[in-house]
Amino acid sequence: MASLKELRARIGSIKSTRKITSAMKMVAAAKLRRAQASAEAARPYAAAMRRMLGELAGATRGEDGAPLLLAGTGQDKVHLLVPMTSDRGLCGGFNANVHRLTVQSIRRLQSEGKTVRLLPVGRRALSFFMRDHADLIVDHVIGTSAKEIPFSVASGLGEKINALLEAGEIDVCTLVFNKFRNAMTQVPTCQQLVPMVVEDASPGLEASNDVAQYEFEPDEATLLAMLLPRNLQVQIYASLLETVAGENGARMTAMDNATRNAGRTIDSLTQVYNRTRQTNITNELIEIISGAQAV
Amino acid sequence: MPIQIEIISPEKVLVSREVDMAVLPGMEGDIAAMPEHSPMMLLLRGGVVALYEGDKVTDRYFVGGGFADITPTRCTVLADKAVPVSDISIDMATAQLEALSEAWDKADKTDTSRLVVLQDQIQAVRAEIEAGIAR
Repeated sequence: MASLKELRARIGSIKSTRKITSAMKMVAAAKLRRAQASAEAARPYAAAMRRMLGELAGATRGEDGAPLLLAGTGQDKVHLLVPMTSDRGLCGGFNANVHRLTVQSIRRLQSEGKTVRLLPVGRRALSFFMRDHADLIVDHVIGTSAKEIPFSVASGLGEKINALLEAGEIDVCTLVFNKFRNAMTQVPTCQQLVPMVVEDASPGLEASNDVAQYEFEPDEATLLAMLLPRNLQVQIYASLLETVAGENGARMTAMDNATRNAGRTIDSLTQVYNRTRQTNITNELIEIISGAQAV
Repeated sequence: MPIQIEIISPEKVLVSREVDMAVLPGMEGDIAAMPEHSPMMLLLRGGVVALYEGDKVTDRYFVGGGFADITPTRCTVLADKAVPVSDISIDMATAQLEALSEAWDKADKTDTSRLVVLQDQIQAVRAEIEAGIAR
């Protein structure tokens, strides 16, 4: 059995751990609120973009020479996977889930005889894939966990992907990230970016009437060529924001568990401590009494 | 009858209200969005969106390029970057212009697509500075 001194030291250290985890939980909760607010603020842009793109795609349907981003290269050989994680750990299974899904996809694609390239986003993903798949990494982006993500991060990433596509180095691009459902649950998801999956123009009456009447300035093709890279960036931005929100949600949950766990450990250690102290006192008393009796 | 104008940047919605007319800086010339305008999609250059109520300009926003979607009742501006003209920082814009001019000098003069992009960016920043000075 551990000595009283050792027990005291352990209880003390766990108490300070609990202070740290509960502080991290508070910070994560505050950041989560902000991240959720900015994710919501970014939604109208994405929605308007989708609407315009749907109308445009409808208007240009059937024409030749569709841009690469929309139609892809027509091949299915080289896949670019973009796993998105946070820059820091201590957030439960948040990053590990993305890693696992990505590794599964890599195996599946490789067993189908496809070439896989990686573009990790976030420090955790970079260091994870550097270990086993360093040869697949074409580029990386870190520093996404800043206080507020500027749109330029997403546009830079979009341009990189676009450049790879234009250079004919990749055929398909898929994003792997945690979809934010609520503070407790984040669902690791694959989302195909290239070739782009375009939903049909706004449903119902509007679609059939409006599309025909739309005027475009300049022409449809130019607009589409400008709009598509933008849409790519917007999708990336949305998933970056979801990643930040998810990271903080996951950290909040993980730290809440850790705090509670520390509390439980302190309780049981305190019990051991008290019992040991009592035993020591009893032993000393027995010694004194038996000494007195012997005299 | 007013028209619903929305100016949206990737980060947030800047304006969503009803005005009588909005003048947009189209790539091929300014266009006024008024009620009952025929449906139109427009590529924007860097410039100022002016919101009119009656005959007066009530608000001016600088947009750094983007798209506009005009329908008879609504005008949605998707701006790459949008700030109220009163918030323009001339110092920052000037610094940006210098960086861009440097990039222009260094750029490969045969790579036309890159030059076109740079040119648009320079034009947008120049428009921003002009709007900032003229306010």
